[in-house]
Amino acid sequence: MDIYFIPTSSSALNGVANGAAGGILIGIAAGVMMLGNGRIAGVSSFFAGLTGQIPPTWKEDLLFLAGLPLGGLIFVLWRGEPHLLIPDSPWVLAGAGFLVGYGARMANGCTSSHTICGLARLSRRSLVATAVFIATAIVTAAGRALL
Amino acid sequence: MNGTTIARAAIALTSGTIFGLGLAISGMIDPRKVLGFFDIFGAWDPSLAGMLITAIPVTFLFYRLSGRRSASLTGRPFPPSAPLRVDNRLIVGAALFGVGWGLAGLSPGPALEALAFDARALVFVTAMATGMIVHHTTSQNRRP
Repeated sequence: MDIYFIPTSSSALNGVANGAAGGILIGIAAGVMMLGNGRIAGVSSFFAGLTGQIPPTWKEDLLFLAGLPLGGLIFVLWRGEPHLLIPDSPWVLAGAGFLVGYGARMANGCTSSHTICGLARLSRRSLVATAVFIATAIVTAAGRALL
Repeated sequence: MNGTTIARAAIALTSGTIFGLGLAISGMIDPRKVLGFFDIFGAWDPSLAGMLITAIPVTFLFYRLSGRRSASLTGRPFPPSAPLRVDNRLIVGAALFGVGWGLAGLSPGPALEALAFDARALVFVTAMATGMIVHHTTSQNRRP
């Protein structure tokens, strides 16, 4: 099913238009976390806190994380259920999940903390992290396509 | 529970919900669109770039607005400015993260959100928690 919010004539344009529309909301959300709560909206950092040494902010962090599926449910009520192309193989999912979790902790952040919040605060570390993970993701996706 | 605690909780939940809605509208919860962005030699899908083109400047504006204040609206001080040091941990960690991201097309935010739609996301999220716990336990001497 098509989940496009703004339908346009070409699929590439669709991607950019809908990506940009969603990006405005993501930017507002990340901005409100900083302006309101003084926090970097780092999904992996919040989640990691719940799996290790529990930080004093854990209740707030959990509420932010609970908001993610809640936002998804609002989208479903509004636009209908999206059909996600999540890989079927539990081995691929488990391996990918492990690498994402381990790597995000080692690099102190994921896409939300490094690419969105980190680049918005002009962090050189985040620029390096973003360049590296997009590069290895491109190589991995190309490798998978060849197999 | 005082007013500040309630305000911070409400801000966190609202922000997370808007973030989740943004991920859904931008298509980023669908691994197909993320993997399409990585497929630069094939049918390239620019959705991820479209999302970043607005998300980063909007966040930047809020951060600049925050920078004019001495503390956040609920009184918590802002985090210290970003550290400069690029070390091996950052590079190796980001490289591993990217391999995982390129394998399944899921990063932490979309994976947690996908729990609402698709039971397969639970396998990913469980493995992600395991990866984090393994990292915590094997690098005890370092602060996360």
